[in-house]
Amino acid sequence: MSGFQTDHSRARGLGAAKHGASHWIGERVGAIALAPLSLWAVYAGIGLGRADYGTAVAWVGNPLNAVLLFLLLVTSFWHMHAGMRVIVEDYIHKTFSKVALLVLNLFVCVLAGGLGVFALLKVAFSGGAF
Amino acid sequence: MVELTLPKNSKVGKGKHHPAPDGAKKVKTFRVYRYDPETGQNPRWDTYDVAVDQCGPMVLDAIIHIKNTMDPSLTFRRSCREGVCGSCAMNIGGRNTLACTCAWEDVPGQAIQISPLPHQPVIKDLVPDLTQFFAQYAEIEPWLHTDTPEPEKEWKQSIEDRAKLDGLYECILCACCSTSCPSYWWNPEKFMGPAALLHAYRWLIDSRDEATGERLDALEDPFKLYRCHTIMNCAQVCPKGLSPAKAIAEIKKMMAERLL
Repeated sequence: MSGFQTDHSRARGLGAAKHGASHWIGERVGAIALAPLSLWAVYAGIGLGRADYGTAVAWVGNPLNAVLLFLLLVTSFWHMHAGMRVIVEDYIHKTFSKVALLVLNLFVCVLAGGLGVFALLKVAFSGGAF
Repeated sequence: MVELTLPKNSKVGKGKHHPAPDGAKKVKTFRVYRYDPETGQNPRWDTYDVAVDQCGPMVLDAIIHIKNTMDPSLTFRRSCREGVCGSCAMNIGGRNTLACTCAWEDVPGQAIQISPLPHQPVIKDLVPDLTQFFAQYAEIEPWLHTDTPEPEKEWKQSIEDRAKLDGLYECILCACCSTSCPSYWWNPEKFMGPAALLHAYRWLIDSRDEATGERLDALEDPFKLYRCHTIMNCAQVCPKGLSPAKAIAEIKKMMAERLL
């Protein structure tokens, strides 16, 4: 911050980014979708806990279950990415650390989501066999 | 990075104790933040045993009593003494409020701790530097924007539309809300803060204003508006009983309405 900057100049900063509303809507829509998906996943998980391996594989192979699991995975990591991003933006102010953490957040979320989706497809399509 | 501890020159040390005068019937202890930039010393907590039977019922009465009878060096802002001007906003017992409308009897705890509004530069004692707060208020352009040629008489507004300004126009810009907001603490330059956003909404919802779109454009930003995470401290502390959080939520709804 330069010593002779006026108050107005500081308050104006770099101006408005002219985006944010779509992110705000996205966070909420994601949360709305996750509420029933998570409840369904917990309910299904409890049922599968009592079942054997073959039953679980067959359950994942069911098209409806597979698609819902896919949506749960993608929405969760999308939502997690948005949430972590807000935390970094709130608390980290050094440009390099902030950008590095934002990129790391993106990569970790995409990687974790990618691995999850691949595992899901593998189980659904090839019955979990290696 | 967020600073969880105070920088070296801001650490608050132990200060002087000012005992109550002999013969005081009812004594209440006030622990007051003191900082004098001219001494180059760190801030300190001074304690004053105030004979509260000799002063009025409000915290402002007590600190005026301290200044008049115990320690004339104590510095603070005050003017109207009835919750209209917003000058005597300070942190009393851990809560931002107006010293003039806060009764010392209502503050819980043994000693009443008084410090300046949090997270603002301190000029002296209980006087914060609110330069940026007011620059942000100016930033929302708090006046009527119109392109229509000015009518011969007044700009007309229905009773219903006028009622939409209730709960907004009463704000006295005391800064209790903005300085109680963690989002404002961590990003004071990029986030507009609850007070400025409440005023932004006051003009957004004004039926006579013709710049609603431009006003929304100026706020649509991940930081200026969307740093608000609905923490609600603003609505909790507002000494006028307003809800900046609600005003901000209404702005977010207007933003969404433009897109849908």
